[in-house]
Amino acid sequence: MAEQTLTRVPLLEAQGICKYFGGLKAVDHVDMTICQGDIFGIIGPNGAGKTTFFNICTGIFTPTQGRIFFCGEDITAMSPEAVAQKRIARTFQNLQLFKFMTVLENVKIGCHIKTKSNMFDAILHTPTFKRDEAFTTEKSLEILKRIGLFDFRDTLAGNLSYGMQRKVEIARALALDPKILLLDEPAAGMNPLETKALMEFIQALNADGYTIAVIEHDMKFVMNSCNRILVLNFGQKILEGTPAEVKTNPEVQSAYFGKGMVAGEAIR
Amino acid sequence: MSKVQAFYHKHRTILLLAVFAALCVLPFVVTKALFVRYACNILLFATLAGSLNAINGYSGQMCLGQAGFFAIGAYVCAIFSTRFGVNFWLLLPISGVFAAMVGLLVALPTLKLQGIYLSIVTLGASEIIRIIAQTWEPVTGGALGIKNIPYPWLFGLDTFRPKYYYFIFLLIGVLFLLVTNRVLKSRVGRAWISIREDQIAAKSLGVQTSFYKSLNFMYGAFWAGVVGCAYAPFVNYIEASQFSTDTGFNVLAMIVIGGQGTLLGPILGSMIVTVLTESLRFLDNWRYVIYAVIIIMMMWLRPQGIAGASHSVLAGGKIKRKPVRREGARSHG
Repeated sequence: MAEQTLTRVPLLEAQGICKYFGGLKAVDHVDMTICQGDIFGIIGPNGAGKTTFFNICTGIFTPTQGRIFFCGEDITAMSPEAVAQKRIARTFQNLQLFKFMTVLENVKIGCHIKTKSNMFDAILHTPTFKRDEAFTTEKSLEILKRIGLFDFRDTLAGNLSYGMQRKVEIARALALDPKILLLDEPAAGMNPLETKALMEFIQALNADGYTIAVIEHDMKFVMNSCNRILVLNFGQKILEGTPAEVKTNPEVQSAYFGKGMVAGEAIR
Repeated sequence: MSKVQAFYHKHRTILLLAVFAALCVLPFVVTKALFVRYACNILLFATLAGSLNAINGYSGQMCLGQAGFFAIGAYVCAIFSTRFGVNFWLLLPISGVFAAMVGLLVALPTLKLQGIYLSIVTLGASEIIRIIAQTWEPVTGGALGIKNIPYPWLFGLDTFRPKYYYFIFLLIGVLFLLVTNRVLKSRVGRAWISIREDQIAAKSLGVQTSFYKSLNFMYGAFWAGVVGCAYAPFVNYIEASQFSTDTGFNVLAMIVIGGQGTLLGPILGSMIVTVLTESLRFLDNWRYVIYAVIIIMMMWLRPQGIAGASHSVLAGGKIKRKPVRREGARSHG
């Protein structure tokens, strides 16, 4: 959908990433380059290693082999906290919300790395504390307004519907002011209307300058929104290219979509 | 319940001041010295339970070793005041810092442990502290303990009498609540709660979980140390057996009964457990059976405790989905 920019600046790069769990090659020699301004799709059948790959990118797993670079900096061995400090934000496939905190508080935690006040600031209510709290509240409310959860700010996150919980996760990730946003199946559990709204929201974010990487099974979503797509199967990279290339690649078709007319229908 | 809450939120300041005023006149109204002593115990254990609640209830760590930190505070106070004549009011923060250091020592090697494994380590640490207190005779007096701990100065009042010592406990309790309330409503408190709720998500948002867990442990230990420091002159004589794991479990029982993750819970728990302990004295050791029954009943019927909200992570991790009202949806778009 988004046009190929002429000068493509690499933002997140994976070089020869492998992750083995014993004999299982969950991710096997995968290279990837996400450039500034991309909506980068990662697709593949269940168990293809997509989420594992995301976990490697965000420091939750350390790869068996290979390196991850972010803005030219090696982040391979960094802890998830340190990766988040580099402003790489992510959401989770099976929702890891702070369920018993309100929506607003959830988003406020996203502002953690952008504020500094420590315990003594909090006890004495120093100017630093007041500035931080004001900033956190203002920023969180702004994000909630934008994502359409403003009315639910005082609801416990766990009380929301599944689709809305996904939005809270995205809101929380946005609070980091991420340079890149990694979304793990954001449309899972959403109805078609919600999916469409989410797709538009992601495109709007992209238009605002956010770089987005997304794992998604909804082909309509991926083919219409992403400008680059990485296809994984059994931990191996099949192809990295534009939606058009992915659609026409026979290997992708046979590995992922199956063969025959049905696959063709699905893509369209 | 919601009516009570609404009323509370509306008149919060006045209500809290009223409660504080009532607590202030209490020792003058209640003339029987024994009852004032009970009131002192309630305040003491309310703060101690609060300090444990700061760990267990907010960052979700399962600490069972609060008696150890309590002991550190008491011994620091006893040793420094009897040997070097250090002023009690100076010793309060010093005891806290000592206990916090020990808290850090316990926290650092256990950062990767969770749940029952952390409980076992903290339980062990508490026992180690007690055994050190029992065997390190030249410093702690061994089994004989430390006698004649000087009574603190309080505006020339005779703190020998519980009637006046009561105000020291009240002061510490109120200070604890004020400070903890502020910490919890800050970036630090949110980080603690996020660790309780979901550690991986907290990490992915840049919360340095190891740092905040250690800080949380130190915070809880600090207040346990402060309470210990206030406890030593109150009883005038300390020895190791006062700090056995029984004390630790007693405090744990208070927060389980009262409600973890709330500021009110430990206070209620302390009241209930202390009143039960004193009123059931005629049953001797059988009262522990009654405790056990109460704790089991609580875990079963109301795992979030008396003060705990039904929408708490401690309510068995279940969330009752209520239809969310969309009020004012149009005005905010």
